[in-house]
Amino acid sequence: MSAVRDLVIIGAGPAGLAAAAEARDHELDAVMLDEQPEPGGQIYRSVARVAERRPADLGFLGADYAHGASLVDAASGIDRRQGATVWQIGPTANDGTREVIWSRDGRAQRVSGRTVLIATGAMERPVPIPGWTLPGVTTVGAVQVSLKQAAIYPAGRLVIAGSGPLPLLLAEQLRAARIPVAAIIDTTPPGRLTAAMAHVPMAALGAPDTLCKGLALLRARDRSGVPVWRDAFGLRAEAGPDGAVAAVRFRSASGEEERIEADVLALHEGVVPNPQLTRLVGAEHRWHAVQRCFHPVTDPWGETTVAGVFVAGDGGGILGARAAEGSGRLAALAVARRLGRLNESAQEFQAARWQMRRLGDRALRRLLDALYPAPDWIAAPDDDAVVCRCEEITAAQLRAVAGHTAGPNQAKAYLRCGMGPCQGRLCGLTVTEMIARAQGTTPAQTGYYRIRAPIKPVTVDELASLSE
Amino acid sequence: MMRFARLPNPGRSRRIVFLFEGEPVEAQEGDTIATALLAAGAGATRTTAVSGSARGAYCMMGVCFECLVEIDGTPNRQGCLVAVTEGMSVRRQAGPAVIVEDAP
Repeated sequence: MSAVRDLVIIGAGPAGLAAAAEARDHELDAVMLDEQPEPGGQIYRSVARVAERRPADLGFLGADYAHGASLVDAASGIDRRQGATVWQIGPTANDGTREVIWSRDGRAQRVSGRTVLIATGAMERPVPIPGWTLPGVTTVGAVQVSLKQAAIYPAGRLVIAGSGPLPLLLAEQLRAARIPVAAIIDTTPPGRLTAAMAHVPMAALGAPDTLCKGLALLRARDRSGVPVWRDAFGLRAEAGPDGAVAAVRFRSASGEEERIEADVLALHEGVVPNPQLTRLVGAEHRWHAVQRCFHPVTDPWGETTVAGVFVAGDGGGILGARAAEGSGRLAALAVARRLGRLNESAQEFQAARWQMRRLGDRALRRLLDALYPAPDWIAAPDDDAVVCRCEEITAAQLRAVAGHTAGPNQAKAYLRCGMGPCQGRLCGLTVTEMIARAQGTTPAQTGYYRIRAPIKPVTVDELASLSE
Repeated sequence: MMRFARLPNPGRSRRIVFLFEGEPVEAQEGDTIATALLAAGAGATRTTAVSGSARGAYCMMGVCFECLVEIDGTPNRQGCLVAVTEGMSVRRQAGPAVIVEDAP
């Protein structure tokens, strides 16, 4: 891996795979590094193997999931390394290249790229309710990827609590697989339909199939016989005698407190860009007030404010899997153009299809953002809720300093929040929002943790292996 | 108690046997350590370094670090990112690491 590559793609989800396919079409020398054992990212987790070894499971996982197999196929032939965890993207060298450092099986390796594409996607928004650290509390995405990857499912009472398209999709996949769900607690704030109506015409025009699918999912949930609690808030997970989750408490639309027994509680309040690598390279980020998260600032091709570093897919802003494919293609086209593999008119011509489709995806996203806004309580956790899971810092502890801290990085110095192995992934947004709220500023003014290498823990042995 | 089951039709997936706390555990091709341990009913797989509270897998996608286990003698590995292989030895993690000092 010592030679300089044209393009280093990080992440083998829809954006990375589509970029790889496009890069291959233009004979770019690309390498793809992905942390999972298999390609597909989260949305297409393990899809190639599932299609080959467990084809019957595609029946309940659905056609949109099965589509991922064609993406993996389109990206075949690319130099793809699975189980490869990237933990550093270096500054530009004198020759304009940039070093990416990654580890696999306890050994660190370097690769230099003329360009780098960050396609590390989204993660589920942290949901800091009291008891969310209990064993048995997990996320909707976690239940879904486990079903895809390993055909496993919660065997006891599964309670789904949250808001957004993903809980609807999971409920339908579980129904189709005949896996029972004990209850669905819908935390979508009331009155959203009226607010969202204005976005329906453009979404219907831009992404009619997806809109129809969404409506079908809603109808299927309401007919499935699973009890659905609407307009819920004030969630708390409660432990049983064995220390694992035993029940979830919440307030229903009427304000009454309810309690439902649960062996597994799956939370979900939307997805946000995984910020580690775009932050690491020092790219400029902008607060998205509707999606309540930071997005890296990019040009229309996905290039960040750091020259030669591109971002594609949900890591650049939440638009969904279909748009991720398009943005991966667009980034690879821009790289091909920069490295002289195609001229400007060819670039524009080949980009048009993906740009058109993105208009539709944006229209759909405006509708989804209006329908499923992150609830306001996400930024105001109960005092006894753990905010930083790694260092076990509660909302009360953070509140005690939030009013007078200079920002998230000073709060980190005060409390150690964000200093554990997850490096702030599961507390960063909460800390920013709580400080902003305490100081009467905006999250944009408050800023975010400074992210430094290594973005994943490495051993001294791994560091030493770099000099071999 | 948190328990995961596996769908009955494994298709053409191979069976894999690995060791958990020294005992053989059956897994299926495609499993990560984290999915295999969920299916085996392992429950909480570590206690935290700060308070010693019990934790189990949370995100299953490599961001939360709750599924940390010891794999073939190396602690702090993310179970959700490591594929199970035949004969692999996996152990729970209890609290903070213990630093063994050399005898003077």
